[in-house]
Amino acid sequence: MQYYLLIPFLPLAAFVINITLGKKIIRKQAHWPSTLAVLGSLVVAVMVLMDVLAGKTLNEDLYTWIISDKFQVSVGFLLDQLTAVMLIVVTSVSFLVHVYSIGYMHDDPGYYRFYAYLSLFTFSMLMLVMANNFLQLYFGWEAVGLCSYLLIGFWYEKKSASDAGKKAFIVNRFGDFGFGLGVIMIFLTFGTLHYIPVFGDAGKFLNESVNILGLEVNLITLIALLLFCGAVGKSAQIPLHVWLPDAMEGPTPVSALIHAATMVTAGVFMVARCNPIFSLSPTAMGVVAVVGGVTALFAATIALVQNDIKRVVAYSTISQLGYMFLACGVGAYAAGIFHLYTHAYFKALLFLCAGSVMHAMGGELDMQKMGGLKKYMPVTYWTMLIASLSISGIPGLAGFFSKDEILFRAYAAGGVGKFAWLLGTVAALLTAFYSFRLIFLTFHGEFRGTEEQRHHLHESPKVMTIPLLILCVGAIASGWVGIPPLLGGGEHFSEFLAPVVGHPHGEATHAEEWMTMGISVAVALAGIIVAVVFYLKNPSIPVNLAKRFQFAYRVLWNKYYVDELYDLIIVRPTLFVAKNIIVGFTDGAIIEGIVNGLPRMVNRIGAQVRKVQNGLLQHYGAIMALGLFLILAILMIKYSG
Amino acid sequence: MDITIIKPILPEIVMAALACVVLILELFIHKKETIGVFAILAVAAVSYVIPQSFGSAFNGMFISDGYSVFFKFIFFINLILAVLISIRYLKIERSEFGEYYSLMMFATLGMMIMASATDLIVLYLGLELMALSTYILAGFIRHDRRSNEAALKYFFLGAFSSAILLYGITMIYALTGTTNILAIASQLQGKMTTQLILAIVFLVVAFGFKIALAPFHMWTPDVYEGAPTSITAFMSVGPKAAAFAALGRVFTTGLIDFAPDWRGILIALSILTMAVGNILAIQQSNIKRMLAYSSIAHAGYAVIGVIAGGAEGLSAMMNYLFIYAFMNIGAFAVVIMLRVEGVKGEELEHYRGLAKTHPLAAVLMLIFMFSLTGIPPTGGFIGKFYLFKAAVGAGYAWLAVVAVVFSVISAYFYLRVVMYMYMHEPEGEPAALATSTPLGLALLITTIMVIVLGVYPSPFLAFARLAIG
Repeated sequence: MQYYLLIPFLPLAAFVINITLGKKIIRKQAHWPSTLAVLGSLVVAVMVLMDVLAGKTLNEDLYTWIISDKFQVSVGFLLDQLTAVMLIVVTSVSFLVHVYSIGYMHDDPGYYRFYAYLSLFTFSMLMLVMANNFLQLYFGWEAVGLCSYLLIGFWYEKKSASDAGKKAFIVNRFGDFGFGLGVIMIFLTFGTLHYIPVFGDAGKFLNESVNILGLEVNLITLIALLLFCGAVGKSAQIPLHVWLPDAMEGPTPVSALIHAATMVTAGVFMVARCNPIFSLSPTAMGVVAVVGGVTALFAATIALVQNDIKRVVAYSTISQLGYMFLACGVGAYAAGIFHLYTHAYFKALLFLCAGSVMHAMGGELDMQKMGGLKKYMPVTYWTMLIASLSISGIPGLAGFFSKDEILFRAYAAGGVGKFAWLLGTVAALLTAFYSFRLIFLTFHGEFRGTEEQRHHLHESPKVMTIPLLILCVGAIASGWVGIPPLLGGGEHFSEFLAPVVGHPHGEATHAEEWMTMGISVAVALAGIIVAVVFYLKNPSIPVNLAKRFQFAYRVLWNKYYVDELYDLIIVRPTLFVAKNIIVGFTDGAIIEGIVNGLPRMVNRIGAQVRKVQNGLLQHYGAIMALGLFLILAILMIKYSG
Repeated sequence: MDITIIKPILPEIVMAALACVVLILELFIHKKETIGVFAILAVAAVSYVIPQSFGSAFNGMFISDGYSVFFKFIFFINLILAVLISIRYLKIERSEFGEYYSLMMFATLGMMIMASATDLIVLYLGLELMALSTYILAGFIRHDRRSNEAALKYFFLGAFSSAILLYGITMIYALTGTTNILAIASQLQGKMTTQLILAIVFLVVAFGFKIALAPFHMWTPDVYEGAPTSITAFMSVGPKAAAFAALGRVFTTGLIDFAPDWRGILIALSILTMAVGNILAIQQSNIKRMLAYSSIAHAGYAVIGVIAGGAEGLSAMMNYLFIYAFMNIGAFAVVIMLRVEGVKGEELEHYRGLAKTHPLAAVLMLIFMFSLTGIPPTGGFIGKFYLFKAAVGAGYAWLAVVAVVFSVISAYFYLRVVMYMYMHEPEGEPAALATSTPLGLALLITTIMVIVLGVYPSPFLAFARLAIG
């Protein structure tokens, strides 16, 4: 199975080629190395999937980078069912985004740079999912974060873009700090960073606890929660969700690949990967479920009123990621990964459709200025409509199966799960509503933009619409591998993943399963019908509602003022401390004193010593002799005494 | 005659013969590049006979073992890279004389003999051959006063140190009646005497001179600055590595019983060297001079491997020199690239805004500067990591801490070059670069090796470990 190494290293090679030769030589052909590389990775990923389906898995260290006693830094790969699913998701979406970008980015001056970063991202993401140890996971984790930063701020001349890049990076610091501590705790506890021994030994530490500031904390719970901190940051869950909507400043293909389909789902992947640790701690599981459920609902409410087409989809992503955590939190890891996998296709599709719309509208993002685009761009319209039906959970489409699985598992788990189920079901109603609000505002009714924009309206070129059509197939059919037995399916997906993530707990009757399914279909239809009434039949209703419930509207419009809150309690105090205390006092007096004083001292010493280096041969000889006699004298005294 | 007797010394014989051939070819070939290419082919020929050479010759005066072979590969790399960076540079300096390449080969021959010598007299022969060749090379730009001055200074001080070495050898002979390094230990039987103190100190000083340990480093900055840049690169790696090979062999076999004594001296010299090298490097505005001090500092780090001793310490030292060869010559190659007709390109000022005018050159310099500082994922990090680890393992954790502190100080002057390249705006018309295919090749090799050694060091580490046996 050695050929699996091609999967990450082909994109890495493409990165090296583009970053070194792109500017001068490859230029407008920069898509070739990157796209071909990721296509190669996709092909090999399919081969790996075949092998895994045939029952072959692999866990090996390629080599050990450095060794210091027990601490080993190895580059190693774990290929099992979970990895195989992630490989397919990452390489397939990445490939389609590469193709789509040929059209979308075609006249951008940073074309080669874009493809270089895209390849670097793909490499990092693949290293992340293929890792067999926590350190490599951490490496991939940080590397995708770096690529995300580079690509959000891709148009760095635009202040909002470079600010958004910084925001994403800094907000992720909070989560990654916890994640890093978690990795360190794992090493201290288990004495290794490799998955298999860690997961195997996790049970032995079940009753151990550590003392933090006089508080006894269960060790496993602590590790799980620290790891989850990283997931909260990377997957934009409450309270660290604030960076993802801003990340929409990046080019739209980037939003589709990094901020919808792959990088943001790394948190879910990590929790699923570490399920032997999480499952041991009911406390941590409860936290994961509640954070997921609350985020699902919370982000959906914000999406109700936003007018920026990409932001609506971004909040929708946060909300859907919440579902995935909800599933993991109730022990239904397979359902979480199943949703991750279907979501990758329909959400990437939504983003790329939004990009297609922007392309036609000359970069316009405000849905209030769109309308009636249906007749100008039929392919975009129909594919986006299907993606919206899929995310709303209309039976038969991908989103239905995965979302239904999550809601049913949550219900069946009982306890916290029932509460999470309630949150998820309400969020499903809202999801259907805001998704169709987006469709109706954008594609139906009269065009509300300028005359100039109207002239420019056109369907996107084939290189962009074909990826849409392929993703559309995914949005329809990707769920068919996980049809529940109730509907005559075989639950192949969760059976496939069972060796890695086990089976979910909780029992429920067929009647209850029918009930949860019926409710989720009913709320989806209800959401769509309300959107039809509001935005097709009687557009005055939403306007009146907004006036009537001005307070609620404003809170939602301003995203619950979370950004403002953070600005008040974190950003401003930090800046205040930075300006007045750190720059003024610590930096000015202490650090500058040391940093500048030490070199100044060193410089002064140097200047003195330098005088000895005067170029005179006889002095040099004399100093040599002096050194010799000095050493001799010391040794002689030592031995005579 | 039985050919097997000379088998261990066959690589040296081939090298000597081919060096003579190159010397004669000079008379017939007018395109001097061709001679450079021939020198590289000679290395290939010598490498070819090395695998058959293992064994000992001349009643144990000469040995070809893993240890010496590892060092010989460092010398070959040093020679090849130095030839590659010389070809265009010599034209610019208008010093294209064919004996240049044969002198380099003779110097390399001297180094090979030093690495293989198991007898102090043979060791001395190798050292003199190496030294005399490099004296001439240092003064090779005959019309440049600085170059002449460098050669003269190097020669006088070198002669001084040779005398010290011979004095040390005499003392050893007087005590033991042998000059065989392996036999010394059994003759001395661990007895400390005044004469032995003299011998140890003289040997330390003589090798310290070649390695450029403070306070015996005084020649280094002047010679390195004055010599042709390609020779500076050559000298900063090869002769140093050869002296390390000799130091390692003499002290960890012949004088191993007196380790506590020479270890103390070396520790003191190592710290002093790191201090002098790093602190004075900060002062420099001339890149060649800065790299001269930097190479002094690096010798200070590498000595830690000998201090730590044992297979781990020695292999760490060997690795370090191996990695150092690539990163140091790489840095000099960039310096050479900036040397064009009419522009010396040696001052820090010349690097102002290089990232804007010549981005590729800037990236390469950045990689070498990072590596010299010891920042992962470059080879320099791996080298330092294993050196310091060996020190910790041998109970010298505090010495490792001192070395780390000096590494931090070194970041100041290495990264200053980076700052000049990336954070300053270029001034005036950007000068063209003196690129050429051989130089490009040298840069390619050094860059790739610096990265590969940083990312995938295990095979090289294993090689050094195997060489120690």
